Amino acid sequence: MKSNKRRKSFFSRAALPYVLSLPALIVCIGVLIPFFTAVFYSLQRFRLSQPWARKMNWGENYLNFLSDPGFWSTLKVSLVYAGLTVGLELLLGLGIALLLRRRSRVNNFVSIMLLMPLMTAPALAALMFKLMTNPGFGILSYFLTLLGIEDFRWGSAPSSALFTVVLVDIWVYTPFIMILLLAGLRSLPTQPFEAAALDGVPRIQQFFRITLPMLTPYILTAVLFRLLESIQQFDIIYAMTQGGPGDTLMVFQVEAYLNFFQSTNVGRSSALLMILWAITFVISNIFIKNWLRLRERARGEV
Amino acid sequence: MEHTSLLERILRGIALCVVVVFFMFPILWIVLMSFQTNDTILRVPPSFIFEPTLANYKALITGKLETSAASLEIHFLRNLGNSVLLSVGAVALSLLLGVPAAYAFARHKFRGSEDIAFTLLSFRFAPPLLVLLPLSLYFQKIGLADTYIGLIWVYQLICLPLILWIVRGYFEDISPDIEYAYRIAGHSWFTTFRKIALPLAKPGIAAAGLLAFIFAWNNFIFALVLASADKQPVTVGALAFVTASGIQYGQIASAIVLSIAPTLALALYAQRYLVEGLSLGAVKG
Repeated sequence: MKSNKRRKSFFSRAALPYVLSLPALIVCIGVLIPFFTAVFYSLQRFRLSQPWARKMNWGENYLNFLSDPGFWSTLKVSLVYAGLTVGLELLLGLGIALLLRRRSRVNNFVSIMLLMPLMTAPALAALMFKLMTNPGFGILSYFLTLLGIEDFRWGSAPSSALFTVVLVDIWVYTPFIMILLLAGLRSLPTQPFEAAALDGVPRIQQFFRITLPMLTPYILTAVLFRLLESIQQFDIIYAMTQGGPGDTLMVFQVEAYLNFFQSTNVGRSSALLMILWAITFVISNIFIKNWLRLRERARGEV
Repeated sequence: MEHTSLLERILRGIALCVVVVFFMFPILWIVLMSFQTNDTILRVPPSFIFEPTLANYKALITGKLETSAASLEIHFLRNLGNSVLLSVGAVALSLLLGVPAAYAFARHKFRGSEDIAFTLLSFRFAPPLLVLLPLSLYFQKIGLADTYIGLIWVYQLICLPLILWIVRGYFEDISPDIEYAYRIAGHSWFTTFRKIALPLAKPGIAAAGLLAFIFAWNNFIFALVLASADKQPVTVGALAFVTASGIQYGQIASAIVLSIAPTLALALYAQRYLVEGLSLGAVKG
């Protein structure tokens, strides 16, 4: 009797972690099934409008990309968008973080204020900018006419559409980089800076020789994280122009969405997303490694 | 840092002002717009001084827009309700599922635990459409398409990894010795979890929950793919509202203000936790 009871409790103790993590496991499976379905679709000729013509065509969707100018322009727009937004956000975010580095009441207040754009839904932020850039009454259009620039058409002209969505992206996500780097800056040890100040090292050199190297892990984490999100940007571009005008802003996810719902070409849409997934997989692996290292360090310090 | 010159301080002040204006102006402008009638909005040059009106908010709340031509129906309040329901439901479910799992991951290193945690995390970074598009076809087959339950289930994709990783970090920071002592005193596993572990990790759980709520509220793509008009949250609803109402700019502005107000308020309330949560605990805020 006694041994039976002990055995039971041993069994339940061994099973306990599995029972507890079962829900997470189920969600995992719930994600993996659609994922493998997408892999399967991407190897098929599959249009929702022509279900009778559905058949496996193996790598044909991918092979077609090689000679498809639409695909190459999607790849190019996505990379340019990700590069521009993350690059500019890093410069701005780093600058603002340095500006707010000293803990003072004003600086803390400003850094809290800057949380607000980050907490605005990107789709709604795009709508806000749409209202502000309206040719009839938009305040930003009005400011431009004051500067003597007439007829700047923001999101509706191919030449300025990219600029407009990048502006919205910068408005929303610069605070993210700023907040991460500010936390990083404030957690740096003070001795090296005191020593450098005693030795009379110029501030510019202090920045490049001490601050920047010590801040690099934080910069890497922030940049990789933003790259991951930026290359998949959908909300801002879809809410602003739906990928237009023409195909100027057809980034991966917008193109895949329109392929799926407008031209009902499931095969091509899935293949596009698989390629985007491959890109994000590489970046996310580097990110996770880097992030784990930083996490260990942050927890070691506390 | 102590010997800053006057010139530098002035330059810093100017730079700070530019930063604040750039990031605050859009929000301020939309709030101002939401208190204006279309007549004052369309005035050129734009007016900073005007007689504020609550007509836009009234129209949204009563759901009726009286124009000179006709009366228009607005379903925006329904979107707001959907947002509340979906976000609260999604966070509640993912706390229910995520907190025990986070505890298991933190306390028991068992086979496959890291794999599950990492699979969840890496799908947090995968393109959402990759999962959503096949899922929308499956949902149509099993009848979950366009239901609140289906949507809340899909929202777990963003909420669960967030809660799992943040709360796990908090559990790992708590020394297990207290729990062992309590167990030795003869209490069951569940009482220990409820009486000792949960209260100690409470700040982490609260922070993760708030963040998950903000992410769920701000999500756009899930509902765009999976929900029809009467189940859409504000993010998708506002976009449809713009298309439908055309030139009612005042109402659009007040709809945006109502949609972003909850997350902004929460963000200000919980700003202490945001940094840590946003970086999944990689940087202590």
